[in-house]
Amino acid sequence: MSQIRHGGAGPTGFFHSMAGQIALVAVFGVALSLVWPGATRWPTGWVIPAEFWVTDYITWLKGDASIFGVPFKDITRAFGEFLEAPVNWSDYLLVRGSDTLGLDQVPWVAVSAGMVILAHWVGGWRLAALALSTCLYLAFFHLWKDSMRTMTIVIAAVPMAVLIGLGLGVWVTRSKRAAAVFMPMFDLMQATPHLAYLPPVAALFSFGSVSALIATVVFAMPPMARCTILGLQSVSPEIVESGRMSGCTGRQLLWKVALPSAKRTLMLGVNQVVMQTFAMVVICSIVGASGLGQKLLYSLQQLKVGAAIEQGLAITLIAIVLDRITQAYADRPVDYELREKSWLARHRHAVIFLVILVVSYVVAEFYRPVELLPRKMTISFGGEMDSAIRAFNVAAFPYLNPVRDWVTVWILLPIRDFCLWLPWPTFVGAIAVAAWRLGGWSVLILCVTLVMSFIVTGFWVEAMKTTYLVFVSTLLCLAIGIPIGIWCARSDPVAKIALSICDTLQTFPSFIYLIPAIMLFRVGDFANVVAIIPYATVPAIRYTYLGLKRIPPVTVEASIANGATRRQLLWKVQMPIALPEIMLGVNQTIMMALAMTAITALIGSTDLGQEVVRAISTQNFGRGILCGFFIAALGIVGDRLIGAWAAKRRAELGMG
Amino acid sequence: MRTATFVAMAAAPFAALAEADWDEPIIIVQNNWTSQLVTSTIVGNVLEEMGYEVEYAPADSQLQFAAIAAGDMHFQIEAWEGSMKSAFEAAVEEGMIDAGTHEAVTREEWWIPKYVLDVCPEAGDWKGLDACAEIFATAETAPKGRFVGPPADWGKNYADRIKALNMNFTAINVGQAATLWAELQSAYDRKEPIVLFSWTPNFVESKFDGEFVNFPEPEPACFDDPSWGPNPEATGDCGAPHKAWLKKAMWSGLEENAPKAAKFLRNVNFTNAQLADAAYMVDVDGMSPEEAAEKWAEENPDIIAGWME
Repeated sequence: MSQIRHGGAGPTGFFHSMAGQIALVAVFGVALSLVWPGATRWPTGWVIPAEFWVTDYITWLKGDASIFGVPFKDITRAFGEFLEAPVNWSDYLLVRGSDTLGLDQVPWVAVSAGMVILAHWVGGWRLAALALSTCLYLAFFHLWKDSMRTMTIVIAAVPMAVLIGLGLGVWVTRSKRAAAVFMPMFDLMQATPHLAYLPPVAALFSFGSVSALIATVVFAMPPMARCTILGLQSVSPEIVESGRMSGCTGRQLLWKVALPSAKRTLMLGVNQVVMQTFAMVVICSIVGASGLGQKLLYSLQQLKVGAAIEQGLAITLIAIVLDRITQAYADRPVDYELREKSWLARHRHAVIFLVILVVSYVVAEFYRPVELLPRKMTISFGGEMDSAIRAFNVAAFPYLNPVRDWVTVWILLPIRDFCLWLPWPTFVGAIAVAAWRLGGWSVLILCVTLVMSFIVTGFWVEAMKTTYLVFVSTLLCLAIGIPIGIWCARSDPVAKIALSICDTLQTFPSFIYLIPAIMLFRVGDFANVVAIIPYATVPAIRYTYLGLKRIPPVTVEASIANGATRRQLLWKVQMPIALPEIMLGVNQTIMMALAMTAITALIGSTDLGQEVVRAISTQNFGRGILCGFFIAALGIVGDRLIGAWAAKRRAELGMG
Repeated sequence: MRTATFVAMAAAPFAALAEADWDEPIIIVQNNWTSQLVTSTIVGNVLEEMGYEVEYAPADSQLQFAAIAAGDMHFQIEAWEGSMKSAFEAAVEEGMIDAGTHEAVTREEWWIPKYVLDVCPEAGDWKGLDACAEIFATAETAPKGRFVGPPADWGKNYADRIKALNMNFTAINVGQAATLWAELQSAYDRKEPIVLFSWTPNFVESKFDGEFVNFPEPEPACFDDPSWGPNPEATGDCGAPHKAWLKKAMWSGLEENAPKAAKFLRNVNFTNAQLADAAYMVDVDGMSPEEAAEKWAEENPDIIAGWME
């Protein structure tokens, strides 16, 4: 314990405390800016033109680069065609049918029956009912065909992400060198906004489903790798030992012993892959993937918010059904009784499905709606929802607008101006001091390098605008999320409702709430903050709840026995113990807010997110990638500082 | 199937010629605005009738041209001078084919709803608009008026124009077109004064009543010669052209592989009225773009026949 420094003014005085040292650095930075203008703005002559290097490099890759005389672009294109095969197969199966086989696509009745039967097989009647209502929703709201188009990407992307993630995960647990390379890469892959790497991927791998597939796999794979690593590391040594004693080879030990006993964690990884894939659905339509995402963007462009909500709900529902199915599969107990029963009893689900499949194909020949419901037979409440949103807007605007104006003028703009006024040495110095005090030299070097990267390349102003937006949004998210988390921890019914709302918020495409936000709050930072909040509050709620729930009941009872009031119990016992988890929630909130800045750029902003979005249309690969990287860098700095702080706190609490 | 029947009727005299010279699918770009969706489906249906296989691919309005140059996608029916000129020209340098200009012309300019004229009768002209700048102000822009501008990457610098014309406005740029319409819808429902960027042909005209603000018509001298225009000390003191081009873009490989299709696509030519009709069927009558394309082909067989000559 002796090497841990405590924050706050100790006996050695103000200038040895972290706050004191930060103040000292801040004053120094401001003083420096008074004598040297370069401290306010990085001198233009010193800017490293990294954005042009990256652009030139990618232009070279897609143009002149070649390996053994074969143009690099041809190689990536060929690879792309190879990847496209599974997308095409599922496309024939679900959307287009196959001319060569003379078969139409699988009728919607059969696909729905398949989903319901699968749901029943893994999770019983309740899950089956959920699957059924989702399928009926898709069919009767005229969303079936687009949903199946979306599914073709999902069907191709999920196995690919799972396999690659599993492979990398296994590799990382076995090789220190692989760990050193891949662990930071996973961080980067998740923290970089997906919009940033779409243009180069599209340039190298052609426009269309392949690029969508690659971008999805890049984004959805890291959770699988992480879960694999976690799962393999937590396999108890006894199991491995007993496997070894039974004479397993190294390979057998992995495939027959370690991976099966890590099944639950692995399935969590699969589950995360599915959820992340759906998060990419809308983004992918920008590079030419058709389906629900494309239709949703089109609806928004036409101001048909109601239709967009119906399409977004379809994405959410499919994601939730697949989520529950993978979860149920992971939790499914082995039914030993079944082994005694007849072949038919053991395979009744498959048999029923096959029967329905054949029957539906036959019926579809005579009665088309079995294959796909015609538009006449479908419904939509889009128009009614549009009117409702507009009516709400007209009614609420007079009350909300003064709030918006007041907050913008008296809170947001002053904070923004302050962030933009800060001389960079103050910012860098403060981060350096915090990093050093919390985590030592390695954290210090990493954080300072990351921060300097956007200063020396000339993106200081954009980065500070992002910092400001994320800072304000994070504070608001915490102010909303932590109390809700506390409430959830106290009452189970509340928790149930709140957590299912959280699920919905995270899979419901964030694009949709941009439009109502603009209608109510007009273009500006307030609308941006409002659009970030629903998405980024979720982790604050989840982790607070988790942290409070994890506290052993004994601890709580002991404090009550000692006469603690409810308030004392919360503030003196529960919150301090749960603080490390809550800080992880803060960390995730920051990450989500950063991810949303690229989306809020669609409202209208002037920060890094805007640069990322702008790079898509101007084909400025370098700028887009760099700004995406800087957003990730801000996230990683936040992550390291909070992580170091939480670790220190845990050590102090003796939770080691 | 119905589609094919209608188009077959429309193109009946030419059906005999329908023998495709290429067996790969022709990939037609689809964007996210109505007229483009309808017209691209119209030409797609005709190509199918000619015996080609057709696929539609959604694309971003800027990224699409590089993709057409590379042959990932093959045809774009609506390329706008105002917002796509630079991406279009860059792609032509990379080998994309400029497949001709439509009769339809486009205009992009500041736009006000009709009811603004009730409170500011002279707002149809830039000077009159500038005189009542205050009514457009919001908390952040006050006392200046707020002009809701196009996405920053559309290559228009309205901040410069405002400065050159000494106007009392601040340009607030949105991030995407949908944001413009959300702003407009919200203000329109509350009858609040707003001035924003719009263009024609556009579904906005059929949904909202309003007009463009007139600025000095641009001449080359406006951008080189400070003495030209209302401000003798600045260049760029003029508006956008009232008539800008609307082009078609094609992959060079199409000419080699499917010359019949390429010839037809070069001939395709829409007018402003036709584009507005096409958009109207979807935006006002509530048809799907596919239904609107069928109906249009059914009603205009002569036009389609003319393109196939």
